[in-house]
Amino acid sequence: MNAKLKWGLLDAIVVVFALVPVLWIVSLSFKTTATLTDGNFIPRDWTLENYRTIFQTDQFVRALVNSIGIALISTVIAVVLGTMAAYAISRLDFPGKSLLVGVSLLIAMFPQVSLVSPLFDIERQAGLFDTWPGLILPYITFALPLAIYTLSAFFKQIPWDLEKAAKMDGATQAEAFRKVIAPLAAPGVFTTAILVFIFCWNDFLFAISLTSTEQSRTVPVALSFFTGASQFEDPTGAISAAAVVITIPIILFVLFFQKRIVAGLTSGAVKG
Amino acid sequence: MADIVLDKVTKSYPDGTVAVHGIDLEIADGEFIILVGPSGCGKSTTLNMIAGLEDITSGELRIGGQRVNDKAPKDRDIAMVFQSYALYPNMTVRENMAFPLRLAKMDKQLINQKVEEAARVLELTSYLDRKPANLSGGQRQRVAMGRAIVRSPKAFLMDEPLSNLDAKLRVQMRTQVSRLQKQLGTTTVYVTHDQTEAMTLGDRVVVMRAGYIQQVGDPQTLYDSPVNLFVAGFIGSPAMNFLPVTLESGLLRSPLGDLPLSDRLGSVLSAADAPRKLIMGIRPEHFEDARLVEGTDGFTFTAPVDLVESMGSDKYVYLNVDTRGGDTPASTDLAELAADAGGADLPEQNGLVTRLSAESRVREGADARVWLNLDKVHLFDPSTGTNLTLREEVAAG
Ligand SMILES: Nc1ncnc2c1ncn2[C@@H]1O[C@H](COP(=O)(O)OP(=O)(O)O)[C@@H](O)[C@H]1O
Ligand SMILES: [Mg+2]
Repeated sequence: MNAKLKWGLLDAIVVVFALVPVLWIVSLSFKTTATLTDGNFIPRDWTLENYRTIFQTDQFVRALVNSIGIALISTVIAVVLGTMAAYAISRLDFPGKSLLVGVSLLIAMFPQVSLVSPLFDIERQAGLFDTWPGLILPYITFALPLAIYTLSAFFKQIPWDLEKAAKMDGATQAEAFRKVIAPLAAPGVFTTAILVFIFCWNDFLFAISLTSTEQSRTVPVALSFFTGASQFEDPTGAISAAAVVITIPIILFVLFFQKRIVAGLTSGAVKG
Repeated sequence: MADIVLDKVTKSYPDGTVAVHGIDLEIADGEFIILVGPSGCGKSTTLNMIAGLEDITSGELRIGGQRVNDKAPKDRDIAMVFQSYALYPNMTVRENMAFPLRLAKMDKQLINQKVEEAARVLELTSYLDRKPANLSGGQRQRVAMGRAIVRSPKAFLMDEPLSNLDAKLRVQMRTQVSRLQKQLGTTTVYVTHDQTEAMTLGDRVVVMRAGYIQQVGDPQTLYDSPVNLFVAGFIGSPAMNFLPVTLESGLLRSPLGDLPLSDRLGSVLSAADAPRKLIMGIRPEHFEDARLVEGTDGFTFTAPVDLVESMGSDKYVYLNVDTRGGDTPASTDLAELAADAGGADLPEQNGLVTRLSAESRVREGADARVWLNLDKVHLFDPSTGTNLTLREEVAAG
């Protein structure tokens, strides 16, 4: 009982520590410019003005479109490639398999910041700087190892006998994958897609280094360029509102993600 | 339905393991054949080659007279039951059983009819709409069987289909499998590492070891005339007793005493190449309480009784005899059998297991006079494992 209490207290501290800044920014986003700095946790003067402002600024809307577009395209490509690679890694023995796994691990571990200047130069030369593909490419590079890892863990959970059984039941390799393996892997693919999307959505480093205009700036970067409606106006409220807006999809994803209890999905396939 | 012929079939895996060494086997149409052997002897590999799940490295596989080496599993028209059952967890029992038929693009109504029929035979009708996760082990096993029988394939392959069931259910399912096979008359290749299952199920049994076929025959032949030490020790439960014997001045010197050479054994040992040190094999039932067989030909010896297990119908009597006396000839066959038995966590036995009539009065702790039927003993060459007595019988016709 005592231990339970201790753990509960510790958990509560961690949760509060993590949540206070988030709630603070939510609170800021609902404050009027005048009350911004009053230090009250609960706004005395509620307003939706900040939200109205950001959706009226081209800058933000454009950045939102960029964010969504770039993250979606990167996710789709990374998950499709990752699924194929993970399937091969978990099912086949081919020369260079451990090398492939090793290299992808290396990429995942690589400090991204060390790649920023070379990438900057390369993209300038190749004409990719400040374009969607200019961000999509590095995102895929870093998301692929993540995708391959999570997906191969999922594929490894699916008993190989199922694929053999499908073949014995008269399926071609493609049919076995489509009708038996894919439905079982779907939750894994979905989970991976969410993780990859969040990774792309949250990125700041590449987005600020490899863009220079509204044409391809994503929201996290656009936020840092926010100036408010006029030059003299304090943009804090607007920045807070924008921050809240881009956090919402993540919160939704995480809530949805939790519902998917992936373990137990393959239970009953084999002896239980 | 079809016959299956393996013609010098070899399998070497990419890592260099040769799992199956050029085996020859002819399986007749409608036959129920069992592949048995210790774990790792290449049974599953052989089965997977017949199924088409593993490539055949060399040799030829013919099903129904047709070479199928290069055919995909789906073009071989064989069904398989896996040890893990391999039911599709996202499909109901009905969908699982219908899967092969749907892939064959069969008419919906016909599919339904066939699935219901199979479910009826296997007593699964009330579970048709359940998912595999909500079934017991025995029910899952039956669904796996159902998925195999619905499409009436040319042959069934089963890889240790009962080994995940508890002992009682396994015995029940064993009879059910046997009955089903008789009823359908479909050629069946059944893999098991359990010799009891092998003996009770099959028309013929193939004993395998380390990628080689040791002996093929009906269960009784394997039991009565094992070709070598390995088969002798593997088939039969409790296992055959093995004793080191030495041929010396016309007598067989054994831990039981000096055995006279009968005509049968004499002719075996008179062969020019017969070794002087041999291993003698005696099945437990070839012993008897000497009191009950006074006057019958044979050899009688006295040994201390270690343990008596009364089965009602007869008695298992464990005798304290040093069967591994100092100069036991080394035999790879025996070493391997011991390793295999070790897998079933039996302590290695030193002593004789005998099966005596229920009327026997032997008592634990006392000495017993035991009779041994010399006509039934086998003599093996320790270096090759060959059954020398069998060679003589075969030669004698
Ligand atoms: N994919 C594989 N790659 C390499 N060796 C294998 C492979 N599958 C099985 N083996 C080896 O082949 C031998 C026979 O295996 P298997 O046919 O599964 O035996 P059994 O079914 O009789 O227990 C074993 O020594 C095993 O280690
Ligand atoms: Mg096996």
